[in-house]
Amino acid sequence: MADLRYVGKDLPRPDAADKVAGRAYYIHDLVRPGMLWGKIKFSEHASARIAHVDTSRAARLPGVRAVITGYDTPEVRIGFLRDNFALKRDRVRQFRDEVAAVAATHPDIAAEAIDLIRVEYEPLPGVFTPEDALAAGAPLVHERDADGRPVTTNLLPVTVKHRSGDLAAGERASKYIVEGEFSTPLIQQACMGTAGCIAEMDTRGNLTMWAKTQIPFLAQRDFIRALEAMGLPGRNARVIVPTLGGAFGTGLDTHAYEYIAILLAHRTGRPVKILYDREEEFANLSPRQSARTRIVQGCDADGHITFRRIEVVQDNGAYTSWGATYPTVMLIPATSLYKVQNVEFEAKIVYTNNTYAQAMRGYGNPEVTWPIECTLDQLAEEAGIDPLELRVRNKNEPGETTPMGLQVTTCGLGECLELAKKKLDWESKRGKQRHLRRGVGVASLVHVGGSGRIYRSDGGGIILKLDDFGNVNVSYGGVEMGQGLHAALTASVAEALGVRPEKVAINPTDTATCPWDVGTHASRGAFIACNAAIRASAKARKKIFALAAEVFADEVKKNLQALIKKSPSYAPPAYDVAAACRADGFELASGVLSLEGAPDEPWLKLDLGRVLRAIHFRGVAGQMVIEEAFYEPPSELPDWSKGVGNMSASYAYGVQAFEVEVDEDTGDVRILHAVSAHDVGRVLNPQALRGQVQGGLAQGVGYTLYEEVKTKDGRVLNPSFTDYKIPTVHEMAFPVDVCFVETNDPAGPFGAKGVGEPGLVPTAPAIASAIWDAVGVRIHDLPITPEKIVRALKEKKAKE
Amino acid sequence: MRVELSFTVNGEPAELRVEPDARLVDVLRDGLGLLGTKEGCGNGECGACTVIVNGRAVCSCLTPALEVEGVDVLTVEGLAGPGAELSDLQQAFVERGGIQCGFCTPGMVMSAHSLLQRNDSPSEGEIRNALTGNLCRCTGYAQIIESVQDAASRLRAKAGKGGGRG
Repeated sequence: MADLRYVGKDLPRPDAADKVAGRAYYIHDLVRPGMLWGKIKFSEHASARIAHVDTSRAARLPGVRAVITGYDTPEVRIGFLRDNFALKRDRVRQFRDEVAAVAATHPDIAAEAIDLIRVEYEPLPGVFTPEDALAAGAPLVHERDADGRPVTTNLLPVTVKHRSGDLAAGERASKYIVEGEFSTPLIQQACMGTAGCIAEMDTRGNLTMWAKTQIPFLAQRDFIRALEAMGLPGRNARVIVPTLGGAFGTGLDTHAYEYIAILLAHRTGRPVKILYDREEEFANLSPRQSARTRIVQGCDADGHITFRRIEVVQDNGAYTSWGATYPTVMLIPATSLYKVQNVEFEAKIVYTNNTYAQAMRGYGNPEVTWPIECTLDQLAEEAGIDPLELRVRNKNEPGETTPMGLQVTTCGLGECLELAKKKLDWESKRGKQRHLRRGVGVASLVHVGGSGRIYRSDGGGIILKLDDFGNVNVSYGGVEMGQGLHAALTASVAEALGVRPEKVAINPTDTATCPWDVGTHASRGAFIACNAAIRASAKARKKIFALAAEVFADEVKKNLQALIKKSPSYAPPAYDVAAACRADGFELASGVLSLEGAPDEPWLKLDLGRVLRAIHFRGVAGQMVIEEAFYEPPSELPDWSKGVGNMSASYAYGVQAFEVEVDEDTGDVRILHAVSAHDVGRVLNPQALRGQVQGGLAQGVGYTLYEEVKTKDGRVLNPSFTDYKIPTVHEMAFPVDVCFVETNDPAGPFGAKGVGEPGLVPTAPAIASAIWDAVGVRIHDLPITPEKIVRALKEKKAKE
Repeated sequence: MRVELSFTVNGEPAELRVEPDARLVDVLRDGLGLLGTKEGCGNGECGACTVIVNGRAVCSCLTPALEVEGVDVLTVEGLAGPGAELSDLQQAFVERGGIQCGFCTPGMVMSAHSLLQRNDSPSEGEIRNALTGNLCRCTGYAQIIESVQDAASRLRAKAGKGGGRG
C-alpha cells in the first residue's frame, strides 16, 4: 500500500472552508417556514409531587400558540428502560424535570410565557448519593418500572459482571497487593454549540426532525415510537443532521426536549424549534456519568499482575440514558489493559435524584482506567520497579485473547511505551526531580478500535452515486460532529474508487437518503464508513470497468480522430484498443480511466465523467453507476452478565506521559510536557488525527485538574463557563508530542483503527503519577484540584 | 418602541430599526442575516460571537446594538475577498487544521484577525493572549495557534513583497 495517493496525506477537511467562512449552518442557524419557538418549564425541586400546574396566564400571552403539560398530552416514554417521560405528570425526580412547555412566535415571548406558568409542588425526600439510595428504607426514585410492576430498590436492573481465572490463586501468587477507592466526577461535555432541534409534521402525521444527534437511525426508531404513543401509528420519522457544534456523546440518546418539540409541533401544526441556551445546557443536558470504584490489584515480585478486582458504583441520576451502560465499556480496561489472568468486575448502577447522566467520550473507560493505572503505580512503588518498566513487563501483545475474549489482532502498546519513555526522557527524570517539585508519569489505555458492538447490528451502510460529471455523492448514515469523519471518508472514497478528492461530496446525514448506521460512537465513524466505502468502491469499479469495456474504444477513437485532424503528422503507436478493452483490463486513478499496459498517450486516457456519460447516453442500454455496501464488522455482542465477548474488530492501545511541576504552596499543577502515543493501525489523515488526539488530551486535562459539575441536593450550582472551567488556550500552553504507531490492522480500512476517544482515557492517571513523582501525594478523587493537593501535602507533612 | 440604527458592516451601510435593548449579535444574525457570527453562551464567556468593532475584537452578545451607531463592524463574512476567496488567515486555518466542529471558528478567526491587524509578527504568547476569550472544546488549541502563526508568516511574506501592508 505504498502507493496510496490520498490516504495518509494532509488533505484539508472538506468542511473547513465553509466553517471558517461562517457558511456552515448549525441548528442555531436553521429556520423553517412558519416556525415557532418552544421553551420548557423545568422543575424547581429534585423530588416532589406536582400538586397543581396553572398555565392559564401563559396561554393568554399574545404570541403564545400552545402551552402543554403532561396532563394534556399523550404519555411519551424515553430511554432504553422507558423510565423517563417527555413531560412529567404527578411527580418530579430531578431538578431539571420537564413540567410544561410553550410554543410562541418569538423566543422572548416563549421565555416570558414560561415565567407565567405556576407550578405548586409538595416536596418529597430525595436521595443524592448512591450510598444513600442503597440504604435500607431509602425513598425510591421510581416506585414502579415501565411495565407498572412495583420496584423495591434504587438499583437499576442492568447487570454487567465478569469473573475469570482464579482470584484466590492470584492473591496467593501476589507479593504485593494494593487496594483503594477512587472516584471520577460528573463533567459537562460542554459542546460549543448548544443542544437544539426543529420538529416539523406534515398533515399525515409524518415527522421531520432536524436533530443534534449522533444516532440518526436509532433516533428515527425512538421518534416513530413516540408517534405511535401519540396515536400516529405507521407514520415515519425522518431525521436530518445539520452541522454539529460538537457532540462528544451528548447525541447518543434522544432527549425530552426533542419529544417536547414533537408534541408542540403536533399541537400547533407548525414547525417548532427548541434551542438550549448555555445555562440550560449546563443545568439540563445530561452530563458525563460519575463513578466510584473499589479496586484491589496485585503483582508478583517481578511486577507481573496477578489479579484484579473492581467494583464500580455509578450514580445514574433519576432516569436512564445509554450512558448507564458505561460498565459494558469498563469491562475492556478491567479485563484487557495489560496481561491479567484473574479478574473480577462488577458494576452497580444506582438511581438518585441527581441530574441524570449520559455518555461522553471514552464511555466508562477513563472511569476505570483511573483506578487501574493509579494502583499499578502504587504496585510499582511497593515492588521497587520503575512504573514504566512495570507496564512494559505487563504489556499486551498481538495474538493475545484477553479474559473478556477480546482478540487482540494487532497491538502497538509496547512501541507506545517506548515512545513515551524516549520523548519524555523518562530515565533521566523519573524519581530524580523531586527537589524541583517536578515529576513524570505515565499511563496506558485500551479501547475499541474496530467499533464496539452494543446492539444487534453494529454495521453501517453507504451509497456512492456517480453522476455525469464524475462527481461522487456519498450518502453515509454516520455523523460528522467535528472529529473529521468527512475528511477520512473523502480520502478513502477517492483512494478506493480512484477519483480526485475534490470530486467527492459527502451528503448531509439524513435517514431518508442514507443507509442505516448504528451511530457515531465507540470511535467507529471512520472505521465503519471507510470500510463500507472500500466495499462500495470495489463494486462501482467493477461496474464501471464492465461497461467501459463496451464504450471505451469508441470514445478514444474520437480522441484519436480529433488529434489527427489537429496534427496530421501524428502517428499513433501500434496498439489494439478494442482487444485491450476487457473488464479486467482497466485502471482508474484520480478520475482518469485508462487501459493497463497501454502506451502513455493522452488520447488513450478518459476522464471518468466522460466515461459515465458514455455509459449513460446509450439509448436503451444506458445505465447509472450507483453502488451501495453495508459493512458489518466481524465482532460479537458480549454476554454482559458474564462480561465475555469479542466486541470489536480491533483494539486501539495507547500511552500518555506527562511532566508536571507542582507549586507546594498553592497546589497548582503546571504541565510542562506531554506525550500522547497511539496505536492507530494506520494514519488516514495525519493532521486530522493529531487534532483528534490533542483535543482529547485537552478534555482529559480538564477532567483531571478542574472540571466538575457541582450539585447540591440535585441542583447544578455552576451552570456557566465562569463557574465551570474548561481548558482555555492558556491551560494548553505546553508542548504535546503526538506519536502514531502503525500496526496495519487487518480489519481496518487501509489498516486504520478508530481513535476518536483514546485521547482523554489515560490522561488523569498519567498526570496523577507525575504529581506523585513531583511531590509524593496521591489524590484518588478527580478532579485533582489545588485544594486537594495542598490538603494532601499537609497530611503528608503531619505524618512525617 | 424601535429606534433607528445605522452603521457599517463589512464595508456596506446597514440601516434598520431595532429595540433599544437589542444586542449586536441579534442585529447581525436576525436583522441582517449574517449567521456566521455564532452565539455560544450569551454571557461573554466563550467568544464564539466575537466581531470587530472599530478595529477592536468584542463579544457581540455583550455589545448593545445602539453602541455601534455610525461605526464600522467587521464580521467573519467580511474577511473573505471578492468571489468569496478566503483571506490568508482563513486559508491558514483550513490548511493547518485549526477547525473541527467549527462553532468557535468564526469568533476565533475574528480575534486572530484583530491581533494580526495590529501585529503581524506576534509571539506565541501574544497569540495566546489574543485568543484568551475564545473557548474551543475540540482542538486543544494547538492547531489553532499553528494556524495563526502560519497566517502571520503569510502576511509578512506579502508585506515583504510590497503587498500593500504598511
